[in-house]
Amino acid sequence: MTVPLVVIGASLGGPSAIRTVLAGLPADFPWAIAIVQHWRADHDELLPDALTRGCPLPVAVVFDKEPIQPGHVHLARPDYHLLVEDGHFALSLDAPVNYARPSIDLCFESAAEALGPAVTGIVLTGANDDGARGLARIKALGGRALVQDPSGAECPTMPQAALAATAPDAVLRLAEIAPWLTRAAGPTLRPSP
Amino acid sequence: MKGSGAATSPAQEPTLALEKLELRLLLEAIHGSTGIDFRGYSPASLKRRVLARVKAEELPSISALQARALHAPECMQRLIAGITVHYTTLFRDPGFWVAFREKVVPILAGERSLRLWVAGCSSGEEVYSLAIVLAEAGLVERTRIYATDLSENLVEQARAGVFPLRLMKEYTANYLAAGGTRSFSDYYSADHEAAILSAALRRRIVFARHCLATEGSFNEFHAILCRNVTIYFAAALQARVHELLFASLAPAGILALGRAEAMRGLAHEDEFEPLDVRERIFQRKSAATA
Ligand SMILES: C[S@@+](CC[C@H](N)C(=O)[O-])C[C@H]1O[C@@H](n2cnc3c(N)ncnc32)[C@H](O)[C@@H]1O
Repeated sequence: MTVPLVVIGASLGGPSAIRTVLAGLPADFPWAIAIVQHWRADHDELLPDALTRGCPLPVAVVFDKEPIQPGHVHLARPDYHLLVEDGHFALSLDAPVNYARPSIDLCFESAAEALGPAVTGIVLTGANDDGARGLARIKALGGRALVQDPSGAECPTMPQAALAATAPDAVLRLAEIAPWLTRAAGPTLRPSP
Repeated sequence: MKGSGAATSPAQEPTLALEKLELRLLLEAIHGSTGIDFRGYSPASLKRRVLARVKAEELPSISALQARALHAPECMQRLIAGITVHYTTLFRDPGFWVAFREKVVPILAGERSLRLWVAGCSSGEEVYSLAIVLAEAGLVERTRIYATDLSENLVEQARAGVFPLRLMKEYTANYLAAGGTRSFSDYYSADHEAAILSAALRRRIVFARHCLATEGSFNEFHAILCRNVTIYFAAALQARVHELLFASLAPAGILALGRAEAMRGLAHEDEFEPLDVRERIFQRKSAATA
């Protein structure tokens, strides 16, 4: 069975925004979460902690071909692209896309193509337009799209680019994202026996 | 960067299935015509690289690329080169080389003669890094290193040992971070835009074309480096390659994988002991403990 996957992309200002979103989720959040934060390669030891302090779910940096696990937070590795295939992640060292590796667009596009309507994409704060094309692809293939409200974003460029590329299901302030996801995932929270 | 992607319509779904079929047929065609087998490769990034070739050749579809590649050998060559990813640097992941110096070198120092294998050597940066580390440890004279890659072109480049001079600043920093204590410029001479690595480094290296997907084991090694190569393979081909690497490793031999590669779930997982978990360095258990 396909595990629903939330893919979150962020750049400048991302770590604190991501912490806010993750900290608002319940410990029994049933979907898998993948996070692509632009990051310098030599800082990888700091990454999990900086992004996920206060997160009630288990968190780990992704290994190649690792299964997509419900209720887990999977972090993209600095300097590798994070791609989604059927039921697992795949990593690659293809050239950076618009200077970014990991590229949010690549992750979102591959997630859309592998999982279709089971994907929810979220574009958060950032100073470039990575994620816009990928979010449009998620919408086009039947998934859901959320964009952080640019007016409250530390850096509005990336959410604005996403809004220019596609009409999202919702434009939300940071504090509203976790409740939205929890509500959307709700029906699967208590599977019938 | 907006534009094409944003304009995708919901009618895309059948196209995805069609693309998948076209990709499968293309890989068959490449295999049938050249013997190079990409059929077991990881599909998501493979498809992107193929679509990049479709665009670069200004063609409408993967099928059209297949037709051209079958009839035009140059197009086939460009396609094959475009499908493999050869990104590499000298002393990539300096932490790996620090761990190699601290934990692997003392083990290798116990052997009177050494055989090492760099599988998927790309343009040679990794094998020259290894040669430098072994030279500095005083082991190079008793070592033979085999450096192999799928691509004939890359093997040729690796054999030449000539790298862009403009990268030497970055590589010098990597070398120092990797625990190097000499002057990195001792290892190359500059010629216009090129840094030519010293011939002494090459003396103990054998360069050859070898395909991990289709060929077998050709020797038994004290250490194998196979880093950032199997990430391009899907699970079944990964399993084959790990079988091959295992069969090529002496008891108590060392296996080094890429940063992002897990041993978990592989057939011989239990026959290895981690030497450095973060840097993905494993030691095969010797016959006595296995
Ligand atoms: C990203 S490079 C890794 C280079 C180096 N090991 C490193 O980590 O820096 C991947 C290499 O694997 C090679 N490769 C891909 N498929 C292969 C196969 N079936 N057999 C041998 N080499 C292969 C490619 O040609 C490419 O040079």
